[in-house]
Amino acid sequence: MSIHEMVVNSINRACTEVFSTMLGVTIAPGESFEEKTTLEANDGVLSLIGLAGTWTGTGSIACPPDIACRVCSHLLMTESNAVNEEVLDAVAELTNMIIGGVKTDLEQHLGPLGLSIPTVVFGRNFKTRSTGTTEWTTLRFDWDGSSLLVRLSLAPREQMAHPRVHTNTQPCAVEV
Amino acid sequence: MEPDVLVVDDSAAIRKILQRVLRQTGMAIGTIHEAGDGEEALEILKSVQPGLVLSDINMPKMDGLQFLAALKSKEGWRQIPVVMITTEGGETKVGEAVRLGAAGYVRKPFTADQIKEKLSGILEPVPPL
Repeated sequence: MSIHEMVVNSINRACTEVFSTMLGVTIAPGESFEEKTTLEANDGVLSLIGLAGTWTGTGSIACPPDIACRVCSHLLMTESNAVNEEVLDAVAELTNMIIGGVKTDLEQHLGPLGLSIPTVVFGRNFKTRSTGTTEWTTLRFDWDGSSLLVRLSLAPREQMAHPRVHTNTQPCAVEV
Repeated sequence: MEPDVLVVDDSAAIRKILQRVLRQTGMAIGTIHEAGDGEEALEILKSVQPGLVLSDINMPKMDGLQFLAALKSKEGWRQIPVVMITTEGGETKVGEAVRLGAAGYVRKPFTADQIKEKLSGILEPVPPL
């Protein structure tokens, strides 16, 4: 089984488990595909978490504001209608649990991996870019007409020598 | 008197969920205190003597393992049971927590039943009226 297949299986398993256990939502396995290092411009909420060990990389969750609010509503059993600190925290914790579950799966094959504290970005028309050479494994999960993207980029440590760069191309008001 | 509980997690979402789950367990629980990291938790312990601590492992400033080591090294605190609530499923950090004296661990994501089962030997059920 290739690393890509392992990552796809792990993300599907972790995502369905976290959604059913913590959100009370049954989510279908995601459609998977591979992306190159330059990603499209993002709108909405993007949560990033680092992985480090003999393999290193980044996991992320990207979703529109309505999905972010829905995650918060289900996780905390409260009504969330706007992206605020509570919503961003909920998405960060969702990322922590999903990528943490993937990390635990992959450690059986790749050795011990450390997990960073998640960082969440909310805005419009911003791009994230990795100057490394790796590709992203992406899974799109559909949830009541909107999509949530779970991405993971992993490579042996010597191939990930460069930092990630995040560029905000259009500032906007953020309710936090 | 019902024992207090201290919840230590950098995620306000998880602290809120644990507050709710703890109240649903049917265990006799007094006040539930919250801390965002190990340093904050140690400050709270100076004025509160909880019957249980639930702590995350991956946290900024002082992580859960550093906090556990500090708690277990201090006379008067070391008998407080500490259960780790963590995304860490690997043996390394969980094993380290057990070696440091953790009473157990629950892996995120968790169900209310898993929390209740883990706490059943530590906290007492609410007595019948």
